[in-house]
Amino acid sequence: MTATATIENDLLKAERLTIRFGGLTAVSNLDLLIRRNELVGLIGPNGAGKTTVFNLITGVYQPAEGEILFDGQSVVGSKPYRITARGIARTFQNIRLFSSLSVFDNVRTVFHLHLRGDVRHALWRGRAFLDEEKSIADRVVELLEIFHLEKLRDAPAKSLSYGDQRRLEIVRALAAQPKLLLLDEPAAGMNANEKTDLMRLIQFIKDRFRISVLLVEHDMQVVMGICERIVVLDYGVKIAEGTPDEVRKNPKVVAAYLGD
Amino acid sequence: MRFRHAKLLLLVALGLSLLVSLGADRIDAYVLFVLYNIGIYIILAVSLNLINGYTGQFSLGHAGFMAVGGYTAAVITNQFGALNPFASGALFFGALLAGGLLAAVAGLLVGLPTLRLKGDYLAIVTLGFGEIIRVIFQNMDRVGGARGLSVMHGYTNFFWTFGMAAVTVYVVTALVHSTYGRGFIAVRDDEIAAEAMGINTTKYKVTAFVVGAFFAGIAGGLYAHSTQFLTPGGFNFMQSIAIVVMVILGGMGNTPGVILAAILLTLLPEGLRWMAGVEHLPGIAKMHPLGWIGDTRMIIYSLLLIVLMLTRPQGLFIWRRKFRNAPP
Repeated sequence: MTATATIENDLLKAERLTIRFGGLTAVSNLDLLIRRNELVGLIGPNGAGKTTVFNLITGVYQPAEGEILFDGQSVVGSKPYRITARGIARTFQNIRLFSSLSVFDNVRTVFHLHLRGDVRHALWRGRAFLDEEKSIADRVVELLEIFHLEKLRDAPAKSLSYGDQRRLEIVRALAAQPKLLLLDEPAAGMNANEKTDLMRLIQFIKDRFRISVLLVEHDMQVVMGICERIVVLDYGVKIAEGTPDEVRKNPKVVAAYLGD
Repeated sequence: MRFRHAKLLLLVALGLSLLVSLGADRIDAYVLFVLYNIGIYIILAVSLNLINGYTGQFSLGHAGFMAVGGYTAAVITNQFGALNPFASGALFFGALLAGGLLAAVAGLLVGLPTLRLKGDYLAIVTLGFGEIIRVIFQNMDRVGGARGLSVMHGYTNFFWTFGMAAVTVYVVTALVHSTYGRGFIAVRDDEIAAEAMGINTTKYKVTAFVVGAFFAGIAGGLYAHSTQFLTPGGFNFMQSIAIVVMVILGGMGNTPGVILAAILLTLLPEGLRWMAGVEHLPGIAKMHPLGWIGDTRMIIYSLLLIVLMLTRPQGLFIWRRKFRNAPP
């Protein structure tokens, strides 16, 4: 592979990423690469800094040092909503839906990113506005149908079951039409069956929408089952990287998880 | 998608208020005054509902925005005076707009630096802002200071009051019933998630403040030309609270409920006055058994509010929706 081909194939590239909270270095000198249409797992024991990495990528935290390139351009210093507009969407470890809005509206809200009209459109309510709302509604329903949520479209998000809420959060993130989807512990609180469904779902999303996925997960079964590449963090430092098999056999990883 | 024939409804409402306005000289002056108050409070409550109800930003400064609009409009009409009916209509409209715009600027000025605050802290800062506005007017000799400002022209009529109320309801509802406008509710429900979903939360909050303040300013202008006398005390903290109570009682983010609450809470003290305010109506005093209530009507009003808040904290006019519980 030539050098330019490699660069074009890199979707997200973080270099020497460091952040400190007071005296604690939560993430230290982390290099992270995610290629196009790749499913990468980020694992590590409790408090290893996984969610902090998410918050750095999505602009919630600013790194003390280091650089994050997305599609060849830096996202450091951008506001979270701008980063989302550029193609990084996320879900949350503890579900954060718009609880009083309906399932339909939860997804519809995100489509404002792709609106051509603005406030004036909404106030004038002319042909252009109605057409655009109609096409958005069609796309929302299409998305809901793919994930079998269309029957619940008018239900308030807070009334959904736990598993449906998780799925709705993923659908909502996909409505932003991201190039990179960040999933923060999607399997948390799920039983074995639900985990199997989730693994299938993530695989399906990656293939169907042709996007990259970065998966933070506690659950080894899920991560080992679907990720092409795994990065292991411990105390904010990358201790291993490789295919599931390589990582599984790595003595440092075993030590981090089971203790020396 | 509800709210389909919105523009048509707005035109009908405007036409109706014009019609009533033309026959207004047959209506009793007191009744008319109460009706104007209803219209003014509908504007205030519905516009505050955009800030407090839909966007979830607890503001206690609405009377401040109202004061800015009221004084601005009053100074303009006092300056340019009475003209022929058509020109005075145009002048009044311009004065209302100017008041609204200046109030919107005030909304922007308060909004930008304070919107990093949430909940109680925002409430305290907006409350402080409202008081600052009041004190400024109190010390401004040009508008009479604490003595107050007489407004020479009673331009407020049924058309302007209810026309503006209709416009307010239209604008707020149109905003919220759009893909763009769902962002307001998203900000209320979960600000962090909203930001992560690409919503510029600061811009939404400032927009809510500016639009809300604009209509509060218009309401202030209408109020000024209805009572024809402005005192800074009329825009105190209690005024803001009265509007907040309407929003809470109507149900946060429920425009029809808020309109009903505005009507009810404007009529309630008037109704009590009619029932009990015998000192103002000497002819009825003798035959009225509840005369002893007298000036305690405001206490009754407060008690009723407490009872309402205790029994229906979610709002008087929030009806159960479908899908209240998880559907099968």
